[in-house]
Amino acid sequence: MLTLENVSFEVREEKGQKEIIRDMNLSIDDHKFVVITGPNGGGKSTLAKLIAGIEKPTAGKVYFDGTDITQMGVTERANLGISFAFQQPVRFKGIQVLDLIRLAAKKNLSAVDACQYLSEVGLCAKDYINREVNASLSGGELKRIEIATVLARNTKMSVFDEPEAGIDLWSFQNLIRVFERMREGTDGSILIISHQERILNIADEIVVIADGRITRQGAREEVLPTLLGTASAVDACEKFYQGGSGK
Amino acid sequence: MIDQIQQRILEEVAGLHQVPEGAYNIRTNGQMARRNTTANIDITSKTDVSGIDIWIKPGTVHESIHIPVVLSQSGMHDLAYNDFFVGEGSDVVIVAGCGIHNCGSQDSQHDGIHRFHVGKNAKVKYVEKHYGEGDGGGKRILNPVTEVYMDEGSSMEMEMVQIKGVDSTDRRTKAELAEGAKLVVRERLMTHGSQYAVSDYVVELNGKGASADVVSRSVAKDESYQKFDSRIVGNAPCSGHTECDAIIMGAARILAVPQLEANDIDAALIHEAAIGKIAGEQIIKLMTLGLTEEEAEAQIVNGFLK
Repeated sequence: MLTLENVSFEVREEKGQKEIIRDMNLSIDDHKFVVITGPNGGGKSTLAKLIAGIEKPTAGKVYFDGTDITQMGVTERANLGISFAFQQPVRFKGIQVLDLIRLAAKKNLSAVDACQYLSEVGLCAKDYINREVNASLSGGELKRIEIATVLARNTKMSVFDEPEAGIDLWSFQNLIRVFERMREGTDGSILIISHQERILNIADEIVVIADGRITRQGAREEVLPTLLGTASAVDACEKFYQGGSGK
Repeated sequence: MIDQIQQRILEEVAGLHQVPEGAYNIRTNGQMARRNTTANIDITSKTDVSGIDIWIKPGTVHESIHIPVVLSQSGMHDLAYNDFFVGEGSDVVIVAGCGIHNCGSQDSQHDGIHRFHVGKNAKVKYVEKHYGEGDGGGKRILNPVTEVYMDEGSSMEMEMVQIKGVDSTDRRTKAELAEGAKLVVRERLMTHGSQYAVSDYVVELNGKGASADVVSRSVAKDESYQKFDSRIVGNAPCSGHTECDAIIMGAARILAVPQLEANDIDAALIHEAAIGKIAGEQIIKLMTLGLTEEEAEAQIVNGFLK
């Protein structure tokens, strides 16, 4: 279980201090699929970074399975079992997809085993396994490889920062299936930052964050109806899902 | 005689665990230590200067030549002229590494002057590795000069690697290409400490359809200095590309000077150069996979130079 206790995060700006996360309390239970949504600039991505250890809170505590991890760095948290998928995946010249998946899995996976994770995210594995994770890959391809690295880690907690950002609708359809399968197959908890109704639709719990605070939190059935039609629950394209017939 | 130190260095520079197959000439501390010739490849010692001539008969295919050089005596200054005569239509692999073990206080230096005369339609894969070790205060210096003369339709792929331990390098490479000849150069370089490395290429595309692709990937660490100077001259309808991609770390300095000269309206020439530090987000990404900052950095550098 992940717990945030009175967590605040401030940054120094020209005009003075700016509070991005304000005195936040949040618990993510084990085996839960939680989606965090809310308007842009509300602090969602910052929250994800505070969980992964990329940023440290300026006040408050973060606990993971009862251990105080507030002062732990990214590596330590990763080794405790927290995974993080970047909103904008990083490119590496020379590092191959296979290398990255092996690093994620922390073992010398065979190419066949590594391919399994790529197939899982809808990539034809043999075409990708030896490709470099460089600028020759499209945004959608990179995004799926990023998700595959999190799958390969198979940790207790997986955090995805806007997995839908930067990918086309076709890929998005498949992405939903990836998360659905993850939800069924994983023992750990999944935390996704998203605006997409289709992702909100498969959540156990929804947390709405605005202006650095939690404004709503609860079971999907309770929270989702209040969000439909707002910017917190965007329908990617209704006609697309209906098969594009325009009916 | 080849001793243990020399054997280890041979492994580093030429991947040799035992006596290689095919033709070879092993030079240790300025002397020929071992040599083997084959029916198609002859190696003869020069009489006027130190060095060898390698004669590859026309039509020789799938044969390899190893000519590693090892310096394990501190204070040694070795100079060798090696000429390769690659016969028409042959297809060979040439491995020419140089390793220095210097545990003394005097500088050790090897200057290898390699000249390749690549015959019509011949194909050469050339691998050259540089390596240095030893804890003495004496410097390990390598100043190779490579000249490549390529006849019509020939092709040559050169892989130049210097990853560790060489204090000072001044590499000069010159190539002249006739019609339809193709040259590919892949250089990988890593410098650390206070090392100094200069790599200078001049490629002249003299015949119609000649092409060259000269690419360097390098990492400069600590206080080291690198200069990559690559010039492609198009004297005919031809195509040329040169690229330098470098990672800078610590207090290192890098100068990249890609140059193009077109003397023909149909010469299509491109250059690219990029120098930058390792992006912070690359390190963070690998840290989210459980690597420490140092491990992440090493992984990025190794991948880049792979």
